[in-house]
Amino acid sequence: MQPVIAERRVALFGGAYSNWRALDAVLLDARRRGADAVAFLGDAGGFGAHPDRTIERLREAQLITVQGNYDDSVGNSREDCACGYTDPRDNRFAQISYDYTLANTSDESRRWLSGLSISRQVILGRHRIGLYHGSPRRTNEFLWESTTPLGFIRSLCLQEDVDLIACTHTGIPWERRLPDGKGLINVGAIGRPANDGRTSVWYTFLELQGDRVVTEFVPIEYDWRGLVEDMAAEGLPREFAETIATGWWTTCLEILPSRERFRGRF
Amino acid sequence: MPRLSLPFVWLDTLWIQVSGTLCNIACRHCLVSAGPKVDRHRMLSADEVVKLLDDCEGVREIWLTGGEPFLNPEILAILDACLERAAVGVLTNGMRIDEPMARALGARFREAAHNLEIRVSLDGPDAAANDAIRGRGAFLAAMGGISRLVTEGVEPIVAVTGLEPEKKVEEFHKMLRLMGVSRPRVKWIPPFKVGREVARGGGYAPFEGLNSAQVEEPEAPHRLQCGTSRTVTSQGVFPCPILIDEPSFLLGARVSETLVPHPVDHPACSTCWETGFSCSR
Repeated sequence: MQPVIAERRVALFGGAYSNWRALDAVLLDARRRGADAVAFLGDAGGFGAHPDRTIERLREAQLITVQGNYDDSVGNSREDCACGYTDPRDNRFAQISYDYTLANTSDESRRWLSGLSISRQVILGRHRIGLYHGSPRRTNEFLWESTTPLGFIRSLCLQEDVDLIACTHTGIPWERRLPDGKGLINVGAIGRPANDGRTSVWYTFLELQGDRVVTEFVPIEYDWRGLVEDMAAEGLPREFAETIATGWWTTCLEILPSRERFRGRF
Repeated sequence: MPRLSLPFVWLDTLWIQVSGTLCNIACRHCLVSAGPKVDRHRMLSADEVVKLLDDCEGVREIWLTGGEPFLNPEILAILDACLERAAVGVLTNGMRIDEPMARALGARFREAAHNLEIRVSLDGPDAAANDAIRGRGAFLAAMGGISRLVTEGVEPIVAVTGLEPEKKVEEFHKMLRLMGVSRPRVKWIPPFKVGREVARGGGYAPFEGLNSAQVEEPEAPHRLQCGTSRTVTSQGVFPCPILIDEPSFLLGARVSETLVPHPVDHPACSTCWETGFSCSR
């Protein structure tokens, strides 16, 4: 697929996790800020309630889209989400979320999810930005800030022939840049808070300023109480709703490196 | 007949045997038969480690092991050189972590450019079970190390070798909470029938091992840790930390010359395959 050329501003978000309320708020904010292009880096469903409501909005919004591991699994009716967890408790919660999502995603939505690309590119000025879900290498690779060294980022940029790599999957936004401006930006997730004790969620704005691409991580407030009510009504685990209401992750924690784990409450 | 071999994907994980096979104890199940007088693989100096790191551009994580890494007098210099470049984990029995060392690790845990994990090996949640394998006094000494780490804000992961994790993991969690660990994390290691474990529980049967159909699966290099890692000792580069005493698995002298397909015809390879085990994750 051809790269998308953006004039000045690109908005990027990932991990919608069925949170259509946050998605509405992000799209509104991106438009208000004058984004030339908006990119979704994958994982439409999971975690929250009513996945089709999110998928319908993603389709209507005509975004640059990348397939996440969840989209591949749901789109192809696979057995599990292939999230990449290694702990039995994490996998148990992941399976509850996946079974609910699969059962509540229409055939039409599944077809759309299965047809998404695993990577895209955006050109911003002279900068080529590669868009991926987990990493350029694996859709479900976790790129945490504390375990993603600059030498590794340099190798990825070289292999992909890009200046910047944008990804999601972990749910926590961060960036690391090399002295020459190349680097990696994890755009965060809009489906659930970033384990920072805030109910807001994060998306990312890239803006061309002179010859540089400047990153801004944008917190977004939305009607999280409505989401909590929906999750309760759908019988989803109260641990998930607790995360939405407190901003602290309660499940799927064993995959976190210590540095990221001990910033959270659990 | 050519040996069964696995494609190499990329170098994510580097294992460095910083203390060689030297250890202050001699566990009955030790994969590399380490002990106080065992110097088949010698200690590495900080200079040697820096040279080695310069040959490993792009590596994501580095694990320091042995033997007992804290026997190496240059361990902090080694740790700093590694933490500058990548996330680092240290495999230890915890017995040599005194207050100054715990303080030094605490500072790095909080401030280093990359993540630091300390993984303490135990074989039981109490002295009776643990010391039967690790030697008298090992449990108490390890608890001392864990306690000093926790005081400095470093919560170690505990590594346990054995079967039936689902039955026993809660016992370890309970013990760790009593030690002040707020988020107990236990990594379960399947028994590999190599090293001193052969005398304790027996070796592999002749039929155990991988077959070509398994190795040819597209996911095989990701399922086996050696598809994305290398292990360095004073003798050279090996596919994984488990096979460092198998001369036919010595791949070369420098990491960069070993990033090619390598043999996976040791019966221990089937333990990784069947359990999905990785020494690092």
